[in-house]
Parts: sequence; C-alpha cells; structure tokens
Amino acid sequence: MSLPLQDLCRVAPEIVLCAFAMLVMLLAPIVPRARHGILSTISVLGAGIALAATRFPAMYPGAAYSGLFRADAFSLFVHWIVCGAAFLVILGSTSYLQREDLDAGEFCALILLATAGMGIMAGAQELLTAFIGLEMSSIASYILASYKRDAPRSNEAGMKYFLLGSFATAFFLYGIALFFGASGSTRLDMMTPLANDSARTLLKMGLGFIFVGLAFKVAAAPFHLWAPDVYEGAPAPVTALLSTGPKAATFALALRILADVGAASPLWFWALWVAAVLSMFAGNLAALVQTSLKRMLAYSSVAHAGYILVALATAAATDHAEAGIAAALFYLVGYALVQLGAFLIVAQLGGPGERHVEIEDFAGVARRQPAMAACLSLFLLSLLGLPVTVGFLGKFYVFNAALESNLIWLAILLGLNSVIAAYYYLRVIVAMYMLREPEQEIAAEPVPWTLSLVLWIASMGTVYIGLFPARVIGFAAKAALNMR
Amino acid sequence: MTGNDLQSYAPLLLHLTLAMALSGVLVLLSSLVGWRRPSTTKSQPYECGITPTGDAREPFSVKFYLVAMVFILFDVEAIFLYPWAYIFRELRWFGFVEMILYIGILLVGYFYLWKKGALDWNRPAVRRDRAS
Repeated sequence: MSLPLQDLCRVAPEIVLCAFAMLVMLLAPIVPRARHGILSTISVLGAGIALAATRFPAMYPGAAYSGLFRADAFSLFVHWIVCGAAFLVILGSTSYLQREDLDAGEFCALILLATAGMGIMAGAQELLTAFIGLEMSSIASYILASYKRDAPRSNEAGMKYFLLGSFATAFFLYGIALFFGASGSTRLDMMTPLANDSARTLLKMGLGFIFVGLAFKVAAAPFHLWAPDVYEGAPAPVTALLSTGPKAATFALALRILADVGAASPLWFWALWVAAVLSMFAGNLAALVQTSLKRMLAYSSVAHAGYILVALATAAATDHAEAGIAAALFYLVGYALVQLGAFLIVAQLGGPGERHVEIEDFAGVARRQPAMAACLSLFLLSLLGLPVTVGFLGKFYVFNAALESNLIWLAILLGLNSVIAAYYYLRVIVAMYMLREPEQEIAAEPVPWTLSLVLWIASMGTVYIGLFPARVIGFAAKAALNMR
Repeated sequence: MTGNDLQSYAPLLLHLTLAMALSGVLVLLSSLVGWRRPSTTKSQPYECGITPTGDAREPFSVKFYLVAMVFILFDVEAIFLYPWAYIFRELRWFGFVEMILYIGILLVGYFYLWKKGALDWNRPAVRRDRAS
C-alpha cells in the first residue's frame, strides 16, 4: 500500500489546521503566560496557511478515501468561509484574551480544531464522516462557550449548549442509523433503490431525525431556544465564531444531503418551509424587545438562519436547485463577514468583563469612538439588507431564487421580515449617533491594531462584495452546478 | 412498517412475556410464602462483606473525574493497536508510519496533560485566583 498522496491533498486544509492546533497545544504549557501572544500569532498563521492550502483540493478535485470525503467547488467555497472565519476570529480576539486574562493557547487550538471539523462537514460525502466533523466542531464549541470559567454566565452557556447539543447529536446519529437501515449504506451518493415500503418509511424517519439534528445546530426555530442564552453567555469572540463557522458548515451539510439524496428534497421541503417561516418570525419578533445588544444579535442570527432556510427550501423545491444553493452560499459569505465584525465590536466596546453590552450603553459611541460606530453601523445595515452592502445582495439572491421557483409566500414573508428587522437594527444606530451618553462615563479604550485590521477586512469585504459581487456569486453558482 | 417485518419478532415477544411473567410470579410467591426476620445486620446495605462505614453520597475530589477521563481516553486509543498489529505485515511501512503518526498525536496530548499538571495528584488544580 502506498501513500495516498492525492487523498492527502484533498484534505490538506484539515491537516494544516490539526497540525497547527497540536503545535499550539504543545507550546501552550511551555510558553510563559506573559508571552501567550505568540500562540495567537501561530494560530492566525495556521488559519491563513489552511486558507492557502485550499489550493490543493482545488488542484485535485474528486472523491477521497474511497468516497468518504469529496473535494469539489462546493466544499472549497465552504472551506473559504470557515477558514476565513477562524482567521478573523483568532486575529480579532487576541486583544480580548489579554484584556480578560484568558489563556490564548487552548482558545486558539480549540478554534483550529473546530474549524477542521467544519471543513470535514463541508466535504463529507458519507454520514458518519459528517458526524465526526459535526462532533469535532461541536465539542470544541461547548468548551469555547464556557471558556470564561470564572463567569457564571459563560458556564451556564457552556452547560446549556452541551446538554442540548448532545441531545441534538443523538437525533442526528439516530437518523444516520435509520438511513443506514433503509439504504444499506451511509454514503450519500450511493443510494440504492429502496426495497419496499418499510424501507421507505425508515428512510423518511431517518431523514426527519437528521433534519432535526441539523436544524438544532443552525439554531433554526423551533429548535433555536438554546441560541440566545449561549450566544449571550459565551465570550463575544466565541459567539462570533459560533454564529458563523458552524452554521455555514451545517448548512453545507444540509445542502449536500439535499443535492445527493434524491428522496430528501420532497421530504424536507415542507419542513424547510415551516422552519424558515418560524425562524424568521421568532428571531425578528424576539429581537424587537431585547435590551442587550448581544442577545439582540443572537435573535437576529436566528432570523438570518431563517433567510438561509428560504434558500434551502428553494433548493429543495425545484429540479434546478442551483439558484437556491448558490443563493445560500452567497448569503453565508455576507452573513459571516458581517456577523463576525459585529460581535467583535461588541467584544471591544463591552469593556472589561463585557459589562456594557446593553443597547443603552451604546449611546454616544459615535462621539467616543467614531470609527467603531461607523463599522458597527455598516454591519447592522448589511444585516438589515441595505443596498451597497453585501447583505442586500444576499437577500436579493435568496428572494429571487424563491420567486423563480414560485415560492411566492416565502418571498413575501421574507420581505415582510426584513421590514420588521429594520426597527431593531436602526434602534442601535440611533442610540449610537443620536442619544446622549449615559451618566457614568464609559472609558473609551484604544482599539488594538489587530482588531482594526479585522474590522477593516470585514467592512471592506462588506462593501466590496456589495458593489462587485460577480466573482463571489459566479463561484457560488459554479459550486452549486458542480454538486450534482 | 408492514406486519410481515414485525411478525419475525413474535418469538422474541413471547420470550419477553414469559420471562417477565415467570420472574414476577417467583418474586410474588417468595414474598407471600416466605417468612421474614429482619435484624439490624440484615438490613444494612451489602458492601461485599465489609462493615459499612458512613454514607456513600459524599462529595469527592473532581480529580477523580479527570483521571478517569484521561484513563478512558488512552485506554480506548490503545485498542487500535491490536487490529494494527494483526495486519502489520500486510500494511508494511505505510502502516508503520501511520501508527507512528497516531502515537505521536497521542504523545502530544500526553505531554500537554503532564505539563498542565493533570497527572499530579498532590498539586492543587491549575487555577489562579482572578479578580473578576
């Protein structure tokens, strides 16, 4: 048996991520605490190299490890999102870790390992491989959510996430078992014709369970109840990661199942429809009454999961699902950029211990820190879906895809929800620019250059892709076409 | 699911019913027919013949969990060595290199545990007091 070099090339980003995670874990106990910044630097480098290593799967597309994993344009696209998110989060959280006196080593290593798991999910062509990826990212996320061990809120977040997350994992696993029982294989692309009615029932149940597991992981209603507590309690940079990377990877897995398993589309269509509508309304209506910006953003992320589910429903509805898949991918890029930026700003402006994350604390930020206020406004406007930003185009493509496949009601509800969402996004901007500052002065901390760099990248990306989307949407369309 | 599939499970169901009925009858009979002479010694919880001391429900060090968890991890991972050894000759160098890599990854974890003081029973948990 010789070395499977091509297979190794196809999982090159994962290998790089794991290697760097191990390197950081090795160095973490040796390097003195005062110099933990170097661990962050190494991890940022690792995420960057992993991003660059996506060249290898791009050069050798195809199935790897006897069909367990697949490197194609689609997995490549998702790899960019998750590796990019890891890169930005690690870079943006270095100053946060120093301020909160948290260990950088384990933090960065866990993010890298979680990202490797997300990469596996993006490329998995077999359910157990997908499950391993899901667990790699989930278990690391549970630890990260409770990373601030001294803060009760963070502990609570980790505990809730862990208990509910393992419950959802059990659903997913049970779904895999039933899927296997029905089709005789856990491979997604090798569905044999089903033997009889009982096998068909088994497959339906299996896909139903898998849907529940995935819907939980993306925090789609009615499985979203964990999200606000976890997103609020976890350290803000962790929330930035949780609400982007794992979501993108889980949506990727759902799309892969939709594209590969023919029986999934008719079965999931109504489930996706209902989950999309419920998520949009539950997220937006609950976000209206929040007083904490962190919690508001958490509910808004539930709503955004709903928007992406509209794209998924489109992908499930029509024979030419490419428009829906491409719209979902494009939306994920824009959403990840903006959501990351917003949570990292919350981490910075929240001050030591994240005490000032109420919306009223943001009154007068425009005067104290004009650059931060401008960035946050841009991100919120993009989440709202205003033209010139990437959020507008994301919504536009989803809306368009829904209309093309005659899902008029979904499109109408999407538009309606965008209007509801305007209220709570604009409220924050109004607070920052027009309200008077609170009585007790909140000290304006200097913005570290690492965070400035991240915010610069995120805001430039938001505007640039918003103005010139051709390349990104082109690649998303190619990825979608490539899937079948 | 159709009836045909379930019918093959009928003997199992019969077995289950019989087993439950039989054990139920036996327990019921012995409680009805038998006689009881309780004493202090008899009503004590059975602890393998040793005189019981105190309540079992008391808090004990969280380090037990840590050590148990670490033990399980390394124990389970050692299982992979057996199938590997079985087909070692067929895999040749490829298998050897893979296993070296695998053990290397384990060693990284071991080194981390060691340096963090997870194996040192007498050291207080690695946790500094923070003003929060």
